[in-house]
Amino acid sequence: MELLLALTIGILVACAVYLMLDRNVIRFLFGLILLSNAANLLIFLSGRLTAGAPPLIDEGLYAPTGVVANALPQALVLTAIVIGFGLLAFTLALVYRTYRSLGTVNSDEMRVAEPVAQEARR
Amino acid sequence: MSWLLVNPILIPLLTAVLAYMFRFNPAGRWISVAGTVALLLASVLMMAEVLEHGVIAAQMSNWQAPFGITLVADYLGAVMVVITAITGLATVIYSLAEIPERLERLGFHALLQVLMAAVCGAFLTGDLFNLYVWFEVMLISSFGLLVLGGSKEQLDGGIKYVTLNLVSTIMFLSGIGLLYGVTGTLNMADLHLAVREVENQGLLTTIAVMFLVAFGVKAALFPLFFWLPASYHTPPVAVSAIFAGLLTKVGVYAMIRTFTLIFDHDVGYTHQIMLWLAVLTMVTGVLGAAAMNDFRRILSFHIISQIGYMILGLALFTPLGLVGAVFYLVHHIIVKANLFFVAGVAKRIAGSTDLARIGGLYAHAPLLAFLFLIPAFSLAGFPPLSGFWAKYVLVKAALDLQMWFVAGVSLAVGLLTIYSMTKIWGAAFWPAHPEGKRPRLGDVPVGERLALMLPIIGLALLTCIIGLFPEPFVQFAETSAAQLLDSTDYVTTVLGVQP
Repeated sequence: MELLLALTIGILVACAVYLMLDRNVIRFLFGLILLSNAANLLIFLSGRLTAGAPPLIDEGLYAPTGVVANALPQALVLTAIVIGFGLLAFTLALVYRTYRSLGTVNSDEMRVAEPVAQEARR
Repeated sequence: MSWLLVNPILIPLLTAVLAYMFRFNPAGRWISVAGTVALLLASVLMMAEVLEHGVIAAQMSNWQAPFGITLVADYLGAVMVVITAITGLATVIYSLAEIPERLERLGFHALLQVLMAAVCGAFLTGDLFNLYVWFEVMLISSFGLLVLGGSKEQLDGGIKYVTLNLVSTIMFLSGIGLLYGVTGTLNMADLHLAVREVENQGLLTTIAVMFLVAFGVKAALFPLFFWLPASYHTPPVAVSAIFAGLLTKVGVYAMIRTFTLIFDHDVGYTHQIMLWLAVLTMVTGVLGAAAMNDFRRILSFHIISQIGYMILGLALFTPLGLVGAVFYLVHHIIVKANLFFVAGVAKRIAGSTDLARIGGLYAHAPLLAFLFLIPAFSLAGFPPLSGFWAKYVLVKAALDLQMWFVAGVSLAVGLLTIYSMTKIWGAAFWPAHPEGKRPRLGDVPVGERLALMLPIIGLALLTCIIGLFPEPFVQFAETSAAQLLDSTDYVTTVLGVQP
């Protein structure tokens, strides 16, 4: 199971890098989404996988007995998902606003903030 | 004791809520000013406690470390919080005169306060995942501030700033995941002990390099800095100034913290990489600045070049090197924010930040010219200003290790810094205005003039004080460096036991 997840993460990262190398900002954004999911899976995997043993505490006890799944990475992943969702929503809105304003999603054509000098263009 | 540590985070957050509720009302901006003054008081109180005890720590909700979230302040963390409050106060006062009501209604002051809370949080947290969360809070509020107003330049710069910073964040998160995988803890003091038990030290070095890249993007290290010159000159000046002063320095702080507390297992490898990155950062930054023709864009490239000096201090990894890094960090925040403020006033009275389109500032606004020279000379390292001592300590640290080349480069970069400062002086201050305009400070209404000049005068005074009386500041930096190199105090205070 670890191997399968590790391979999945690898493939996700590869696809993400491929997408992020594109000049189209929308495709870059899709790459970012894949990459953040790969990172989430990575945290999940690095907490070690324990199948079929939910970390539940029996009544009257303060700690679970026996081997149970590690709950901490799941809490971390949950936090990371929420934060990632917010940031990606912001970025999507920003890209859309930029498209409305500048009329392009091609990062090569975004030269308003750093205009190419007249001499260099000639 | 725990209130002392929570206050610098809680006060700006509460101020943000209040300022947002009153954003349609002039009271909103005064709430923001009052909140920042309170933050400054709280941070000074915390500093007094740190000076007395060395390191102080607080366990949130009484969950004992390493299980809960710990807030820690050692000398470095405390001084960074104080300097955050000072820069924040200067920015808020400056924004009274600069930020139009339209942006205030959009929630400018609330975003600014959240940014300060996040920066303080990042300086105070003792937990790696919590650091990630504060980084994210800082990012989202800085995104908002950067594109607030929505001009074409801002959106263009914003895209580059947002995308590259998100990549670095994900890199940081993956690094945290892997580090948790090999050590099973996220508390930084506990990690200090746990990394010594790790069998696969090579894996640890790999993770260290992931952190180096992640923080390298935040700190704008070579070759990861491209988001910075693309975006820092686009937002309102008050925003530029606080970004220039604080944001990259959070990256530098995070790097100093992790590479002294956690990743000191293979100094020969990781810090060697850092050394060359630092040298290249210094050189590319200053060359980039030499090629620019805009007040704020020159200053943006100078941030990069100066980041190189701080990382150099960390990379040398000697007590004196770290003294230099800490001293440089504090000096740079004050000076750089101040230069951006000066650029803002120049823009206000002369009409632009493009050096070809302004002039006559020396003839008509001699006070501004004088106030420009103080931070500009300090940045270049003229005695007796703060930058001289910062550079002196770093160069001496490099010479002590007989790194002639590195020391030579850092001196040459200082010389080139003067070159681009002369360029600003020679274009904006010395010649007459190309359109025959008379850029006079007196033309600005009194109240606004006060709000514009007070932060500049205050920060310039601080620069002079540090420069003329460096002794206590250097001593402070020495203690701070000693704490960084020997983490016993930090670990004992956090975990409550002898390691």
